[in-house]
Amino acid sequence: MNVDILLQQIVNGLMLGGIYVMVAVAFTLIIGMLNFLNFTIPPLFMVSTMMMWATMQGGFGKAFDRALTSLVGVNGKLIAGIVMALVVAALLSLVIERFTYRYMKAKYGDATEHAIPLVSSLGFLIVFEHLVIGRWGSDSLTITSPFGNASLHIGNIQISVPQLTSLVLSLAIVFALSIMLKRTRLGRALRSIAEAPDTAALMGVEVRRIVPVVYVITGLLCALAGVLFTINYTTVDAYVGDKVATVAIAGMVLGGLGNVWGAIVGGLFVGVLEVLSIYLFGSSVEKVPIWGLLLLILIIRPTGLFGHTAIGKGKF
Amino acid sequence: MGELSAILAIFCINVIYAYGVYLPAASGQLNLGAAGFIMIGAYAGAWLNSSAGVGLPALVSVPIAVLYTALIGFVISFPILRTRGVYMVLATFAFAEVVGGVMLNLEFVGGAAGTPVDAHANLSVLLPAALGVAIFCYLLMATRFGLAMRSIHDDESVATLFGVNALMTRVAAFTVGGAIMGFGGALYGHYFNYIEAQQFNVLLSIYILLYVLLGGTQTAWGPLVGALFFTAVPELIRQFGKLVEVKWIEDGRFVAFGALIVLMMVFRPEGVLTRTLLERVFGRRRAHGGPRARETGHA
Repeated sequence: MNVDILLQQIVNGLMLGGIYVMVAVAFTLIIGMLNFLNFTIPPLFMVSTMMMWATMQGGFGKAFDRALTSLVGVNGKLIAGIVMALVVAALLSLVIERFTYRYMKAKYGDATEHAIPLVSSLGFLIVFEHLVIGRWGSDSLTITSPFGNASLHIGNIQISVPQLTSLVLSLAIVFALSIMLKRTRLGRALRSIAEAPDTAALMGVEVRRIVPVVYVITGLLCALAGVLFTINYTTVDAYVGDKVATVAIAGMVLGGLGNVWGAIVGGLFVGVLEVLSIYLFGSSVEKVPIWGLLLLILIIRPTGLFGHTAIGKGKF
Repeated sequence: MGELSAILAIFCINVIYAYGVYLPAASGQLNLGAAGFIMIGAYAGAWLNSSAGVGLPALVSVPIAVLYTALIGFVISFPILRTRGVYMVLATFAFAEVVGGVMLNLEFVGGAAGTPVDAHANLSVLLPAALGVAIFCYLLMATRFGLAMRSIHDDESVATLFGVNALMTRVAAFTVGGAIMGFGGALYGHYFNYIEAQQFNVLLSIYILLYVLLGGTQTAWGPLVGALFFTAVPELIRQFGKLVEVKWIEDGRFVAFGALIVLMMVFRPEGVLTRTLLERVFGRRRAHGGPRARETGHA
């Protein structure tokens, strides 16, 4: 086995892992703060990739495309696409919050009542996927990368510049987020909600105001991941959320539910594992090692690695 | 007629799938790995039946496929049932992904190209099969075992205090559920006469879990209602769109349907059918504090 090729694969894996990190952090924030597995994250990721594609490649129709081109020019379309993806994801997150978390507290005297937000989020998954399929179909769509094949060479290893930028960017954002959680007033409020929502409310934390903030933050993280994915891999479709963003769940569990730093390590690890298993065993087994490892971890340690044992207990 | 019978056939298969997820759900376990079990049943049935594989007659191969799925369900249930709540959702999800990945690479069942199934099962097989599964589950829920499942669903520690063997009950529910899904998978293969790994994806598992949760896990009729709702509502929306000749209603049926799921959770989160609803409609037993209890003074 050639060491250079192996190193190249590991580098590629880390780049892919950068995308998974952001999605895994989104998953882990919601499950850590609000204690439910948010299945709207994969469709939000997908919607933001589609928004990028539609803005850049004229998916909103000729009139819109012409107006946009005259407004921002051909080169400005990339920025317009990013803004579009972020705004749409933030707005959708607010809608989702209205219909998932708010009904979680309802008491119906039934053990599956905690499944309510899970089911609502699965409902949203169906809505978003079919909205996109209805508008743009289910075939693969490609953007022309604005950065071409720009790449750095370190020895024999090739590093694509946009991929490196996106890895650094995603790590920086997640780092900033964890500082925010630790140091700021908002972060303290968020952590108190994660600890005990009722007590937090008693201590004067406005839970109803702050929970939408969590949703918007996770929505923006998904959108950024989607934007970076679109720029780096240039091919998107209506199922990209199911295919890409669900892998981040494995990264989240690896790092422990509700643990932001764990999600970073887990996301990068899953990225490397995926690329290496494609390299070693071929592309048809790409997901088997990841999900097999996840299953194994859950079997050996039913609360996940480094998981906070209080999270996810008896709840969905 | 052809279209209606195709819809009915899909409905029957969906009902069988739904009961497979319902049994663990009735004992409080969410199974998001339906596609894995269905795939095992479908592939085992296909390989045993097709001339390229073993070539057994369907009457022999389907039961073997069911037993095989039950065996895998039994073996996997011990480690999977160690996990709780959201971790169990994740573990079953991971199980389905692993099964999907393995099947895609098993060359003797066709790998990514899929595999043909020889014997054809039409509606005259599917309808009695779905009915049989529904009646079986209804009767099962009426037994002592069904009661144990319900008590674990409501409160596991209290059920254990009353002498219910929680682990064995959950294992049994999971295993029988797996067997039913395997049966549904085998019938699916025999109905379409061709299966490929891509058909058994995440969305299939999600849809089946939704049938069960929307139908309601409290009574054995829940999955039937859920599957009916899931099969009929998009179809009705489509027919309505055709009738009023509005293309976007016809195409947007799944969007409307997903929105309906979200709204259902707002207005009726226990699912369509609940015990109190059935009692109120059929008047067998009054709900707590109902008029009769007040009349006789035993409130």
